[in-house]
Amino acid sequence: MAKRLDIKDLNLYYNKFHAVRDVTLQVHARSVTAFIGPSGCGKSTVLRALNRMHEVVPGSRVEGSVLLDGENVYAPGVDPVQVRRTIGMVFQRANPFPTMSIRDNVVAGLKLAGVKDKKRLEEVTERSLRGANLWEEVKDRLNKPGGGLSGGQQQRLCIARAIAVQPDVLLMDEPCSALDPISTLAIEDLIAELKKDYTIVIVTHNMQQAARVSDQTAFFNLPAVGEPGQLVEIGETGKIFSNPSQKATEDYISGRFG
Amino acid sequence: MTESTNSERRSAPPGETGNTLVEPPETPVPEEPVTPPSEPGEKKVVRLGDRVFQSVATGSGIFVVAIIAAIGLFLLVRAIPALHANEANFLLSGQWRTGDPENMAFGIIDLAWITVASSLVALILAMPVAGGIALFLTQYAPKVLARPFAYVVDLLAAVPSVIYGLWGALVLAPVLKPVAVRLNETLGWIPIFADGNVPAGSGSNVFTAGIVLAVMILPIITGVAREVFARTPAVQIEGALALGATKWEVVRTTVWPFGRSGFVGGAMLGLGRALGETVALTVILSYTFEGPHYSIFDAGATFASRIALGSAEFNNNLTVGAYIAAGLVLFISTFAVNAIARWIESGSARGKE
Ligand SMILES: Nc1ncnc2c1ncn2[C@@H]1O[C@H](COP(=O)(O)OP(=O)(O)O)[C@@H](O)[C@H]1O
Ligand SMILES: [Mg+2]
Repeated sequence: MAKRLDIKDLNLYYNKFHAVRDVTLQVHARSVTAFIGPSGCGKSTVLRALNRMHEVVPGSRVEGSVLLDGENVYAPGVDPVQVRRTIGMVFQRANPFPTMSIRDNVVAGLKLAGVKDKKRLEEVTERSLRGANLWEEVKDRLNKPGGGLSGGQQQRLCIARAIAVQPDVLLMDEPCSALDPISTLAIEDLIAELKKDYTIVIVTHNMQQAARVSDQTAFFNLPAVGEPGQLVEIGETGKIFSNPSQKATEDYISGRFG
Repeated sequence: MTESTNSERRSAPPGETGNTLVEPPETPVPEEPVTPPSEPGEKKVVRLGDRVFQSVATGSGIFVVAIIAAIGLFLLVRAIPALHANEANFLLSGQWRTGDPENMAFGIIDLAWITVASSLVALILAMPVAGGIALFLTQYAPKVLARPFAYVVDLLAAVPSVIYGLWGALVLAPVLKPVAVRLNETLGWIPIFADGNVPAGSGSNVFTAGIVLAVMILPIITGVAREVFARTPAVQIEGALALGATKWEVVRTTVWPFGRSGFVGGAMLGLGRALGETVALTVILSYTFEGPHYSIFDAGATFASRIALGSAEFNNNLTVGAYIAAGLVLFISTFAVNAIARWIESGSARGKE
């Protein structure tokens, strides 16, 4: 677990529309990488290309490579379903399966992978819920539907569901943008803990959050309307926020951060 | 995008889906700043357009309900005298002697059996096919294929029922003969496949009728199912995909749980249609004086085909009343089935959080 990602010359398209151009960057194992940038610059698109979720959009296309500890997830013969089992994802809007119990939600990924052993599922449920800082709140109602939890709890349930399969990488697309400040703090604390075991990539529009949780930050931008989004720079988070090397980064950060 | 849909769904008060039409629409937020209401108890401003819309909507609603009530009342008023003159038990007798108004004996049990049996055969056959087609069209088929295919399925609804009847009697029945004989021979020990009141090879039985009805109700069920399956929230489907679900597992974990009750509601709508189908069954089912053996190889009349066949007898009020009494039972059953269908469907729309 906890593998490194090497993204090389990634170009992403929706039909004819060139959404993202020439992204090359490294994501280190057991660290948090934040993607920041104005809305529409392609952060989510790049993130979704990492676990081959980009291609579920009809007409979409990927060029370039994404290496997971050296193995290209886009190599011919690689099954996207398998890729998604090793690179987990948490979405902007918490999306537990509403009709499934909390327990079934947590182990949904394991069940899909064919795990049937009751005892193992029981262990994983507890371990994942503890890992997502949710165990104490839900341990007495594991059989209640996942749709009955609060927004913040639902998002932590989704994180528990994602880490239950012990993924190599965990992708998060604005996981706190629909949450109140207290739930947001809970998730940020959780991210800090999870990075001991997982490689995490998080998209956030909240720069304070990027500064708080991430080790390195990638700034994406749109050079002009209608043009593809680009990676402007990537670097150690402290440096990006205090002393960026690109003017565009500095403008963006000082415009909203300073 | 999905976010706003979701929050709308969330904020809708549960259990009020049915009332939306008659509820006063919300006053739109005016562009110019509004002065706060100075006098307490002042009337709320309602735009003229809203008022017109509200009365038109309420009016049409009341109109429809009034028509249905009037039909029910008409059936009831005409049926009661005939039921008084009836010498047999209306619900439990299988006789149908209505020609002489002085000496009438009629009951609906045989009609009920043929009607229910052919409709259930239709439902059992049509439900899996319709569900499969709807899943294929919404989840698997590429867009270029899904559109024409859906259109073709909808076309099935455009074929007149008399054509279905002729097709069933002249084309399908001969084809089905060997199948029916075979079923009857091998599974005859199960009562439902035992010998009917006509030879299994005759083809003009509930078995053939059920298959034709299945084709006829296929577009209704498929249409409803397509709609509910397509409504599965994209975030749910993506959630399953991101966990490493295959297409089929996505269907099993998200599309089906979301669409299930709507699908059952659609099937109920189809059942309502099958129960009331007249012309096709009048053509397909052969007439027999022997009572049913409670097998799918029975022939006989349904409520609707009995009434259609009896029109020659409609020469005095009591005889007509007997047929109307049968029609009333059919009316109540289809009404109940449709009401259940709507109830299940609306449950599927509001039950999900
Ligand atoms: N499913 C889609 N189909 C077509 N275009 C899309 C789709 N999703 C995103 N885009 C476009 O791709 C660009 C990048 O979007 P996105 O990755 O969502 O940006 P961000 O997450 O940085 O706000 C935008 O111009 C957006 O309109
Ligand atoms: Mg985004």
